[in-house]
Parts: sequence; C-alpha cells; structure tokens
Amino acid sequence: MTKKKPNFDQLAARIRCVSYRKRILEISQRVSALHVAPAFSCIEIVDLIYSSLMKVSGVSKEIGDSFLMSKGHGCMAQYVVLEALGILPKEELDRYCTPEGILGAHPDRGNPGIIASTGSLGHGLGLAVGMAYAEKLKKTNCKIFALLSDGELQEGSSWEAAMMAANLKLDNLIIFIDANDFGGMNRMSETHCAFYPLRDKFDSFGWISAEVDGHDGLAMKNEYLKRKREKPFVIICNTIKGKGVSFMENVPIWHYRSPDKNEYLQAVAELEGGLQ
Amino acid sequence: MRNMFAKTFHEAAKLDERLCMIVADISPAGAMNEFRKEFPRRFINTGVAEQIMIGMAAGMSIQGLKPFAYTIATFALYRPFEFIRDDLCYQNLPVTVVGIGGGVTYSTLGSTHHAQEDIAVACAIPNLRVLAPCDPEETKSATQWCINQEEGPVYLRLGKAGEPMLGNDQSDLFVYGKLRYLSRGRDVAIIGYGPILKMGFECAQIISKQGKTCSIISAHTIKPLDIDGIVKMLETHETIIVIEEMIPRGGLSDSIRILAYEKDIKCRIEVFTLKDKFTHIYGSHADILNSHGLALRNVINKIGCV
Repeated sequence: MTKKKPNFDQLAARIRCVSYRKRILEISQRVSALHVAPAFSCIEIVDLIYSSLMKVSGVSKEIGDSFLMSKGHGCMAQYVVLEALGILPKEELDRYCTPEGILGAHPDRGNPGIIASTGSLGHGLGLAVGMAYAEKLKKTNCKIFALLSDGELQEGSSWEAAMMAANLKLDNLIIFIDANDFGGMNRMSETHCAFYPLRDKFDSFGWISAEVDGHDGLAMKNEYLKRKREKPFVIICNTIKGKGVSFMENVPIWHYRSPDKNEYLQAVAELEGGLQ
Repeated sequence: MRNMFAKTFHEAAKLDERLCMIVADISPAGAMNEFRKEFPRRFINTGVAEQIMIGMAAGMSIQGLKPFAYTIATFALYRPFEFIRDDLCYQNLPVTVVGIGGGVTYSTLGSTHHAQEDIAVACAIPNLRVLAPCDPEETKSATQWCINQEEGPVYLRLGKAGEPMLGNDQSDLFVYGKLRYLSRGRDVAIIGYGPILKMGFECAQIISKQGKTCSIISAHTIKPLDIDGIVKMLETHETIIVIEEMIPRGGLSDSIRILAYEKDIKCRIEVFTLKDKFTHIYGSHADILNSHGLALRNVINKIGCV
C-alpha cells in the first residue's frame, strides 16, 4: 500500500485556530455563559474537518459530505468556522443568544450550516448512523462526520448507535471524540475509571480506531487518510479543555463561565503570544 | 390492523424507494415479511434498541428518506421518548412512529406492555401529530396519509390483529384532521378512537331499543383535533358518550369537556376511559378493559335511560 502524504499547512491551521479562539472570546464578552472551554478543546478538530476532510462545507441540503456537531455545547467552535467559510453571517454571531438573532448555545437545525439540532447528549451518533446508512441506500460516496464529547459516551444510546454502525458496516461514518476528560464536574478518568480504556471499547464493538493528539491537525489527518475501510472509523482525540488559555485549561468553571474584561485581555494576549 | 398497515406500506414502498422500515426486534409477520424480502436493505432491525431506532430514523429523514419506526407501542414511544421529542419533533422531521398494541391490547403481558398513557404522552409534544384508526380500513387510509405527508412527525397507534371492520358504505371517508362519522343519528353521539370503538356499536344497539338514534364517530386524528367538528357534535346531540382506551387525563375526553365548557354548550357528557392505575390481571383484552371498568354493562348502567 502506498503511503499518502497529508497535504496540510500546519502554520495556516494554527493561525486559523487562534483567530477562531479570539473570535469566541470576543463574543464571550457579550454573554454570561458561552461554553468557552468545551469549544476550545475541539477547535482543531472542527477546523480540520471543514478545511481538509469534507468535500462540501456541510451546508444543509447540499449534496456532499455532512458534519454533525453531536457535542452541541461546543457549537461555538462550529459557528466561528462556519463564519470564516462565509456560511454563517457575521451579524448572526454578533447577535448570538439574543432575541434578534438565530443562534443559541446549541445548534438548531435549519440555521445555515447546521444539519441537526443537538444539545441533549447521546443523540448525535444515532443521527449520524441514520445519515450514513441513508447515503449507503442512496448509493452515494458521501461521508458523515460527527464530533462527540467523551462525556456523552456515558449515555447508553451512544453505544446502541456504535453497535448499529458496525452492524451496518458504515465505512462512510467518521467520528471524532473530543476526549478532554471532563464532564461538567470533574475528570472522568478520576471518577469513572471503568470508562477506560476507551479505544478498546470501540475496537470490540467492531470499529476501526485511532488515538491522537486532538490539537494536532496533521496527526489527525494522517490517521484519517491511512484508516482501513469497510468499518466505521473513530479517532479518539486527546484534548485539553480550555486549550490555549492557561487559566482555563482543565479548570471546570470554564465549562460555562465567560471571562471578565481582565481575563479576556489576558486570554487574547496568551493566544497571540502562542503564535510567536 | 398491523397486516393492513404492512400491506399498505409494502404497496407504497414499491413506488417510493425513499420509504424504509426500522423495527426494534419485532418479528416481521405477514405482509411486513413480504416487504422485508423484496427490499431487504430498506428493512432495518436495530435489535432490542429503541433509541437508535428513532435516532436512525431521524438521521435517514435528514438525508431525504421517509422512514417508519415500528414496534410495540410502549417501546416505540416510552423507551425512546426524548429521542422522539428532540430528534423527530424538535427538528420536525417527517418520520412515522408506529405503536402496535395501543392501549391494553397485550392483555396477558402485564403493564410493561400496556400503552395506556400513550395518547396523553404523544399529544404533549409539539409538532407530533397523533393518529389512531379504529379498524383495518381506517388503518389503510391513515397509513396512506402518513406515507404521503412530508410535514413532520406522526405517532400512529394501531391495535394488533383480527380487529373487525367497523365502517360501512354509509360511513364518511377518512379525512385527516376531521371527525369521521361511521353512522349518523340525532340523539346520542358515541365518539372514540381505536378498535374499542366496537363497544360504541354495541352500545348504540342497546340505546336504539329506547327509540333513540346514535351517531358513532371515529376521532382518528387526536392531534390536531377537529375542534369545529367536536363543537358541532356537541351542539347537535343531547348526550355525548366518549369511549377511550387511555388514562382519564390528557386525551379525547378532556378535550371534549374543555371545549363544551369553553363554548358553553349544555349537553350531557359521559366519559369511559381506562383508570389511572396499573393492573396486575392477565386474561383477554376484554378482561383487562373490564378490570379498568371499561365494559359495555358499565357504560349502559352509567348512562341509564338516555
């Protein structure tokens, strides 16, 4: 088998991801709760899917690949990418969570680029399985990408879906697990040790799996390209909740809280400093 | 009813390749097996896993297919309740959830298998339309309506097998969202939905011996309810008998009484429903209905001379 070399500009990706994080922080200054940290843990994943993996940029009802944000509370990561792609208008992000706008703290089907309403965890994988099977029935080559949190894999429904995906041999289903190790409260690895090892669970359910640094776009793309076919594929992406801002990283309060003015300025400075 | 449903679905599926059937470990007897044989890839069995049954149906609908999810009513509606609410109703996807054995049809299986609150539960969810045909012919019409609509989700409550035909040549045709008069009379209106409407005919026979004539009405579309039709029924009959194989609250009986109150229509309304309880009795369908007080003699005793 010939080795495919991923075509991936790491510097460009880093610059994009810093700008996405800064945009999220900017919006955070207008609302009290924004789920900053759960968005920051999956920025590189969402960026990779839209910039390098999908054939069409996930616009609802268009023919092409689809992306489903199963961890709905991380949707700011998707919104800012959709904004950069020109799918979501800037004005809508500026009106985030206001009665004048259309965007809320969870994705809402029908909004530009949003294919499913999520927010309740443990739903996205089932939806993605149905979507992937529909593409098989329609005999297309379209792929379904979905991003799940590690926390939502505690829902039994996720494993009903995982089993069914393997039963149906859905090799057009590719899921990314944002494994930031945190639910809303604390580290899962400390409180729910039976959750691990996670990769073995997917393997035993009949999936092809990989495990990488979820902030390394090149590594994730590499795993994606070299995956074996004929089975659904999962990439367990080890991530840091609140990635990129020192005082947010792995601190549970930032699951919900928005930074105050000083925290905001410090966070922006850290992100910009990280590029130098 | 389930055979008529499956036959109707199979016929339509030959013409519309978007139609798919997702079941959760329920044996595809009769006509359903014919569909499965002809279109094996469009028949999906998720196994004993109802959440993925609904989730998959939603995902397939998002991608433009027309899925039906089908299993025993309690497992079709209660187990995956939040998936019906969020995946189907919140997103307003045209998926039909078919519940077999509505009410206490599964009379020997215990209350785990009794969908005695299903109508109240289903009617509570925004965007979910609720249909409950009374006989095989009405099942055919309701199924065809579900197949042809693309507006949003439906809960279709069916009985089991062997239900008698209740409508006849004199009956109205099925129209979605409208009350269907199976027969017309001047004095008493007997209204209900589902196969228990058979009791309405038995009741009408007894009432007719008192020189009164009865309308027998199938309220097959419970949501959205035919408000104008209900008001007209209330205005044109002196006595209303509601027969409902469902708990006392959240169904047709409540809706009719509320409308009578709101419109200030003075007529006698007697309702007969399941009780707000679980039974621990096993026997025939009639035995279980009887344990809930839903028996012809109780209806006749209660209404006395109309």
